[in-house]
Parts: sequence; structure tokens; C-alpha cells
Amino acid sequence: MSQHKPIITKGVDWVIIWLYAIICCIGLVCIFSVEFKGNDQFFQSLFAFKKNYSKQMMFFCFSIVLAIFILLTDSKFFTATPNILYIIGILLMSATFVFGKNVSGSRSWIPLGFMNLQPVETCKIFTALALSKYLAQPGTDFTKTRSHAIAAGICFLPIVFSLLQNETGLALVYFAFLLPMYREGLPAGYLILGASLGVLLVVTLLVPTTQLLIAIAIIAAACIFFLWRKIKRNRNLLVIIISVWGISALFAGVAVPFLFRSVFQKYQADRIFSMVGRDNPFIEADPNTVSIEDAAANKKKKDDKENYNVKQSKIAIGSGGFAGKGFLKGTQTQGDFVPEQHTDFIFTSLGENFGFIGTTILMLLYMAFLLRVIVIAERQRSTFSRVYAYSVAGLMFFHIAVNICMTIGLAPVIGITLPLMSYGGSSLLTFTILIFILVKLDSDRQMVLR
Amino acid sequence: MSVFNQSRKNVIRLIFVGMFLIIIVRLFSLQVVSSKYKIMAEDQGIFRKVVYPDRGLVFDRNKKAILQNATIYDLMITPNKLKGVDTAGICNILNLTREQFNKKVVEVIIKNGRTRASVFEALLNEDKMAMLNESLYKFAPGFYLQERSVRAYPFDAAANVLGYTAEVDTNFLKKYPKDGYVAGDYAGMTGIERSYEKVLMGERGIEYWKRDNKNRLTEKMEGGEFDTVAVAGQNLFTSIDIELQALGEKLMQNKLGSIVAIDPSTGGILAMVSAPTYQPKYLAGNERRKHFSELFLNPARPLLNRTVSASYAPGSTFKTLQALVGLHEGVIDTKFSVSCSGAFYGCGSGRPMKCLDYGTFDMLHAITLSDNTYFATVMQKVINNPKYPNIDSSLAVWNRYMHAFGLGKKLGVDVPSEKTGMIPTPAFYNKTYGQGKWNYCTFRSVSIGQGEVTTTPIQVANEMAYIANKGWYVTPHVVDSIEGGDKFGILAQYRKRNNAIDIPDSIFEVVHEGMQAVIDRGTGAGARVPGIAVCGKTGTVENYFRGVKQPNHSFFCAFAPRDNPKIAIMCVVENSGRFGGTYAAPIIGLMIEKYLKDSIVDKGRLANLERLSNLNLIPPRVYAEMRTQDSIRHSKDSAYLMSKGYIKMIKDTLGLDDDEVKKEDIDQMKKDKQDKKNDPKDSIAKAEAILPAEKKKPTLPDTTTTN
Repeated sequence: MSQHKPIITKGVDWVIIWLYAIICCIGLVCIFSVEFKGNDQFFQSLFAFKKNYSKQMMFFCFSIVLAIFILLTDSKFFTATPNILYIIGILLMSATFVFGKNVSGSRSWIPLGFMNLQPVETCKIFTALALSKYLAQPGTDFTKTRSHAIAAGICFLPIVFSLLQNETGLALVYFAFLLPMYREGLPAGYLILGASLGVLLVVTLLVPTTQLLIAIAIIAAACIFFLWRKIKRNRNLLVIIISVWGISALFAGVAVPFLFRSVFQKYQADRIFSMVGRDNPFIEADPNTVSIEDAAANKKKKDDKENYNVKQSKIAIGSGGFAGKGFLKGTQTQGDFVPEQHTDFIFTSLGENFGFIGTTILMLLYMAFLLRVIVIAERQRSTFSRVYAYSVAGLMFFHIAVNICMTIGLAPVIGITLPLMSYGGSSLLTFTILIFILVKLDSDRQMVLR
Repeated sequence: MSVFNQSRKNVIRLIFVGMFLIIIVRLFSLQVVSSKYKIMAEDQGIFRKVVYPDRGLVFDRNKKAILQNATIYDLMITPNKLKGVDTAGICNILNLTREQFNKKVVEVIIKNGRTRASVFEALLNEDKMAMLNESLYKFAPGFYLQERSVRAYPFDAAANVLGYTAEVDTNFLKKYPKDGYVAGDYAGMTGIERSYEKVLMGERGIEYWKRDNKNRLTEKMEGGEFDTVAVAGQNLFTSIDIELQALGEKLMQNKLGSIVAIDPSTGGILAMVSAPTYQPKYLAGNERRKHFSELFLNPARPLLNRTVSASYAPGSTFKTLQALVGLHEGVIDTKFSVSCSGAFYGCGSGRPMKCLDYGTFDMLHAITLSDNTYFATVMQKVINNPKYPNIDSSLAVWNRYMHAFGLGKKLGVDVPSEKTGMIPTPAFYNKTYGQGKWNYCTFRSVSIGQGEVTTTPIQVANEMAYIANKGWYVTPHVVDSIEGGDKFGILAQYRKRNNAIDIPDSIFEVVHEGMQAVIDRGTGAGARVPGIAVCGKTGTVENYFRGVKQPNHSFFCAFAPRDNPKIAIMCVVENSGRFGGTYAAPIIGLMIEKYLKDSIVDKGRLANLERLSNLNLIPPRVYAEMRTQDSIRHSKDSAYLMSKGYIKMIKDTLGLDDDEVKKEDIDQMKKDKQDKKNDPKDSIAKAEAILPAEKKKPTLPDTTTTN
């Protein structure tokens, strides 16, 4: 078989590779348009690797090399090593507490000389592999709660580290692993429970706590009143209603305030509240500010600052219009109005320069990519490959959806990148590895794998 | 094993597609439907820079620039860049205290915000400019200098003709909402700066600049593709002879009055002197505000352009016109003569109109010696002409003549704020006295240019041009041509001859003869110019200020030479006393000589020029008013000091003798009382202040003597 004549392109899914290349190139163009000013020496700065676009170019080349290496690797390697890789990942994340470099407030980076490595990013790969490995084990019966707990443990252990490193945004990404788990038969009840808690969370953010508690109590009372006959027949129903009421009340009255006071950073809490258009009610009065007016003024100033990114991002995208202002002609991009435009807000550059046409094309490309990943996933014969493919789809989808929703004001600003587009070696390399492991696994799908 | 979960892939697909649809719909609403963000982006990303063109220049008839542009600097401030700037240094240079500085900064922030540059000190003078330029690096980036063009006057003359420019105020903006002015723009306010504003201002250019997040301008949009270029204002070529104008201003210094000289063949104004005048640069520099209030409050009213805005009774200069009317109406002929036995008794002996010269006069002598009785009789014949059914119609005929001569209406001069003057009409008398309750004798003093009739100096000069041209005039105007063409069609009205009534040349010959005799052997000998046949007419105008008789105005009007006239000119010296021949005639003689011979060389005449220039004929009334103003200001100050208890403190420290102070106070009070007697009404001068007051009252003293 192919072991004797290793042709790396054999069985490779070209659609995915083309989509990957196209999106990467769009990303390069966008980063270029953010940074390039009319009077720059293009070739000089391209090869000096001083500018972000030239660095990104370098990362892209490096990614291609890496991709070729992955394609050359025997796919058995990926099925054999997940556990050890996962442990290495966790160790790397712990290492940040020792060697961590402080980049804009979070110690989640390990300096490697030529680039900074963010273990939380790379750990996504290991987690995906580890989850696949676990779910593919013949002994795993994913209908049992115990298996659910172990799978959740694998996925959510990195979250703990992320939270400790103040990388809440990246921690949230790990919830993307719910997607492969769902595909593998995670009972919908979990998701319904999760969704209910999500709704309750949003309601908690929108409605003052006391009113909410009263409302929950009234609903519970109403349920008991209307279901009185059934409850007479079945006492368990009463227990269920009362326990649901108790959990909801605890969640709204205790858990959410605790979450916002102790788990989230203040700026994160503020961002989430600014999303729903409310002031942060859990904000503690600053003992330094004496008068109410001062406090109000301070708060207003801060709100403006919090909203500034989103406002500028919306202005840049919105001013692009239908056809865009043209390459390098975006006034907002050229005037550096959007903060962090080359990384988290790279989408704004596309939106301004190429307008609705450009953004829609990119969305369609991403959608094609994800649907293709699902197609690949469903044609796998091994559980390992399928779970892995769904992990990739889940991670990508979460990144894309949250990042773009954040630039167009549909989600709070949490610092996660736009896959393959945003500037940054960590992000690009992580997604390259994720995708090309999938491509490799897919190319060997005819082989029976564990 | 997970086959039963196959259906879940579709749920997942649905979630994916759903999410992307939501995003695309949101993008559609953001990018295509809403225009809000485009406007916001333009507001913050694009700066619309207005480029002000140079205002047009103004040249005199010999193509000398009399109004041009000079570069001056504004000190600009950007409040949010003040950190680390040596503000104490700025305060030193601008002579500001710390508090004043802070106040100014706050004002600027309120007006324009923190990040935008605004004017901190406008139009720096040369000293400050030099000091600032030296140490500007210390004040950067909070302060910088911005060039600006201001008006400059190389000849320091013709202030009232040229006018001034000033920052437009809210009233101006309300008045001209469609002319594209914005607050902070400069526009012409008076003179030809005002009347030719559209021509002089040029077209403003607009440059679109990209702006970055720090509000700095980075580069032009599309390399300037959308920019409109500023077009400089058009230059004006005027008919003013700046040297003649300067001579006129010199002659009229320390006097109240006007000189207007017109080229009769074109209607072009050669000189337009309004005295007192001011240095035009006073209203162009950075101390405009200070000078403006000073000039505005001055009781001699230097800002009033008397040549068009003041009206006087024309006095005897009016008689020449009566001769024209009489001859053309046929009520008299050249042989007609009247004898004066001391006064005009045509209206009975109640209140006779005196004449100075006894004897019998024909037309020629009546003009030469300015005989009142003769012209009173002539006008009586015109008004009581049996050809017309009643006095209303005969007066209307007379009115028509006056209008044809350019009186009683605005001429349409291209200098703003022209007054109409007053030619009494039947309607006016009917209103004043009642229908049928008046006759010629009611207004007989009109015949000699007193009473209800008033004219502006420009009208009198124009009337001279009319006589010089033998029956036509071109509306007087300052601007002859506009460089690059008259785009607004302003000059068309100054190209046509006005001759509403056709009077034969022979009639004019008679009047010319009389007017030449005025110079040669009559009342206007002072205007004689050797070698030039000057025709003129004196006038001595009685006048009243708030009902009190004031010294006579000295009037003189003339044209020269008699054949092929080149200049028609008039001069009025207000309240100079004496006769028209005393001051106005020699002034006009010198003006004519200067214009026709280009220079005055005769030593005697030069000495006369100096003598006339140095004469101070400002009436005591004006000085009294100045004193009143000062004392009002002084008493206000005193009241303030008194209320604060400072006076006592000052007295205590200085050890002033109390009695002396009291005596002074009493003197002041006496003076105030006297002033009050003179000025029964308020002491603030009004525009009509120099007109003979109570002109509508029929109780005009009839013992008028004119010369």
C-alpha cells in the first residue's frame, strides 16, 4: 500500500486544502491593508520581517512546511500518542506560571525566541486528539454518565488553566468540544439544561436580581397551582418543581453574582453587561471616589472606552457599504481607528475595503469549509477520525462565530482570533496543525484505525 | 455504534448554516441598509478642509494697487496637546496673566473641543509674531502659527470708499444663509468690500483629507481627486485717483464734510472723501475691535461715509437747477430780470427773503451773485404756471425735473448705505399741511436750496456732471472694470446714460456762462485755477442741530474745464461758518488743479493748500459731545469707585484738599448743565445728527440769507 510508495497527496481532500489556502491569502491581504501606508517600501519591508504582514507571510510559509510534515507522518502516530500529547499540553500550560511572559495582562505566553507560544492555543489540538482517543476506545460506552463525566473532564481541564491565566476568552473555546460529544450521543438533556442555564444567565443579566427571584418564585407557585392534581397523584413532580425552583434561585441569586464578582475580571463583566446594554450592577463602589457624580463620570468614561472598540469596528465594517471602498482605500483602516485591527478585528479591514460582497464571500468560504469538514467527518470509518473531525469543526465554528459576532456587535468582546485570518503565529499554526491532521486522517480513511 | 446519532449531523449543519445566515443578515443591515456608519466614518475619517482664496485686489485709475493682501499669522492652539508646553512663556509673550490664559483655553475648549485646533490669538502683530516664531519649538505641539491673509492699504487712504472686512457674526449669517458663509469667515462689511463682496471673495476650495485616530491629517483622499481648487477673488479696477483722494483727505483733515469728484463722461468717481476719516489699517489688524469701538463712539462719526450717507440742504448750489427748469419750462427767458430792493416780496411782506445785493439781475448776474429773489421768483413762476391745473401737478412737474437731475432718489452708487435725500412732493405737503392748505409761499425757501430739500454730496457732484454733460449723467460708480469679466452683471447699470428730460444745449450754455462768471468775478473766486475755465456755484447752508441754529455749512460745486469737462466736483465743509466761497471753493480749486494739471507747483497755492489743511473747522458741538462722553465714562468710574469706597481711600492717602475737589465737582456740574441745555435730548449722536433737525416743521425761519 502507500507505505511503500509514500505519495503525500494520495487521498488528500483538495477542497479543504484550497479553502484553507484561499482563506489564508485573504487574511494576508487584510493584514497588509491594515499596515501598509501609501509611502511604505513594499519589498523592503516584506523581506525585512519587521512588519506584521511580512511576519505573517513567514508564518504562512512555516505552516505549509509543517503541513507537509504532517502529511508525511504516519497517521498511526496521531492515534497512538494523544494521551502523552495531552499530558505534555497540560504541562506546558502549567509551565506558563513559571516561564510565562506577560503579554497585555495575561501570563499565557511562553517565549520561544522567534515567536511566542500560547499553550492554551496548542492545547486545543491535544485535547481534540485526547477526546477522540477516549471516545474511540472500545471500552467507552458513551451512553453512560461516567463516560460523559470523563469526556467533560478531558475537555474542561484546560479551562481551569486558562481561567488561572486570565484568558477567559480562550477558556470559552473549550466549550466547542460539546459539539463532537453531542454528535457522539451526549444526551440532549445536558444541552437543554445548558441552554436553560444560558437563558437564565441572560435573564439574570437583564433583570435585577430581586425581581428575578420573585418572578421565579411566582412561576414555581403557578406551576404547583396548575399541576396540583397531577402532584396529588405523583409526589415526585412536586419534588422536581421545588428542586428546579431552588436551583434557579441559587443560580440567579448566588452563582451569577459570584461569577461576575469573583471569576470574571471586572473588564470582562463590564463588557458582558455593555452587550446587554446595562451597567454592571455587581460593581463595587470604589472607595477612592467620594461623590456620586465622580463615580458616575468615571463609569461613563469607562463605558465609552469599553464600547469604543465595538463602535469603531462597526463603523469600519458599516462604512464599507455594498462594494467596499477598495483595496487600501479604507479611511478607518488607514487612520488606525480600530484597535487590535490586525489580530482580533481583522474582519473590519475586510468589511471596509471590500464591503458586503467581500464579507459575504468570506462567510460563504467559511461555511463551505465547515460543511466540508462535516462531510469528511461523516465519511470516516473510525470513531477516532469522526470525533476528531467534529472537534475541528466545533473549534473553528466557535472561533468564527464569536469573533465575527464580536466585530459586528452581536457578542461581547472576548479576545479570540478569526481562524486563518488573524495575525499571529500561534493561532495560524494551531489551526494549520488541526486541519492537516484531519486531512492526513482523512487520506488514510480506508485503513482501519482505532 | 453511533449510527442512531446520524440525524444529529443535520442538526449540526443546521446550526452552522443558521449562524452564518444570522451573520450575513446582520452584515447586510450594517453595510447595505444602514447609512449611519458611513456618515460616522466620514465624520471621523475624512476632514473637509476649506481653502480660502486670496481676496481680489483693488487698483486705482492709474493701475496702482490701493488695496492688497498681506500675510499675517494666527496663533493656533490644540488644547489636548498642552501637556509639557511652556505656557508661562506664552503668557509672557502675549501679556496674559495665568487666569486670563486659563479662561481663554476654557473658552476655546467650549467652542471647538479639545482635540481640534482653534484660534487662540488672531492676527498677531509683528512684535509678538517675531517673539513667538523664535521660541515656537517650546510651545509645540500645543501651539502653532497659521498663515492668514489680511487686507493691506499701501496708500493709507480711501478708508470709507474701500471699507473693511470683518468676521461674520450671527446676524450676518442669518441675513445671507445661502451664500455659504460659516462662523469665522471674513466678509466685506462696508465700502466696495461690501458691494463687491461676491467678486472679491473668489471661490473657496475644498480639500478632502484623511484623518487618523489621533485627529491628525495624514494624506489627501485619492491624491486630491475630489478636491475643488480655490479660485482667487477677481481684481477690481476703480476710477479712483488715489493721489487726488489723498490730497482731498489732507485738505479735509480736522473738518467735517465731504469731497466728491466724478469724471462726467464716464460717471467714474475720482475721489470720495468723507471727513473725518480713519486709517484703514486700524480696522484690518488685530486691534480692530479696540479701534472699532473708538471710531464707532467718536461723535465726529468717522465711520459714516458722508459722501453717500449724509444729506444736507443743497443751498445756493440748487439755484442752477432752478434756472434750468425755468428756462426749459419757458416761464422765463434769458433776458428775464428781477430787481431786488432788499428782499423777496413775492409772498407779501410778512417774512421777506433777504438778498444781499440790491439792484436788478438778469439770469447771468443772478447766478454769478447768487441772488435769492431772482430764483424765488423763477420757481414761483414754475409752480404757479397757468399751464398746469393746480399746484399739485405743477409741483409734480418740478419733481420730475429734480428726479431727472438725479435728486430725491438713490442714484445706485456702488458704495453701500446711500441715502435718498429729500425732494418735497405734493404728497409730502398734503400730509404735512393738509390738502389745499399750502401754496408756493409755504415752501418758497426750497427755491434757494433750503427748507425741506436735502441732497447727499454724491447727488450734488452728480448734478454737476449732469450740467457739465449738458443733459445726461452716468450713475456714479467707483469700479470701472473687473479683471476677468463682470460675472455677476454688476457693472451694466454704470454703462448707460441717464437723460430723462431732453433740455437743449443752449439752455445749458447760459447756465455754464453764469457758473463760469461765479469763478471769474462772483462768489466763487477762491476756486479759480490759472489757465482753466472752471464753472462753479457756491452755497452757504443754514442748518440746525436739534433745533439750535448751527454755523453755516460751506458748499461749493464745480466742473472743469468748461469745454470738454473732465471733472465734476463738490465739497461741503460742515458748520465752518462763513460762506461757501471761503473754505469749500479754494479746496475745490486745488482739487481741480491737482487732477487736471497732475500737480500743484505754484508756491502761493501750495501755501494755501497747507493753510487749508491745517485749519481746524470741527464745530465746538463735537468737542462738547466728546467731553460729555468722557464725563459719562468718568462719572461711571467715579460711581464705581465711590461705591467701593475707593475715593475716600484715595483722598486719605493723597491728602487731597476737600474744597478743591468740591470746586471741581461744581465746575463739572455746571458744564454738564450747559451741555444739557445744548442737547435737550440724549447725548448719543444718531445718524441723522448732522442733518438740519426739525426739517419738517413749517416754522422755519425765513430770514435766510444765502450767498
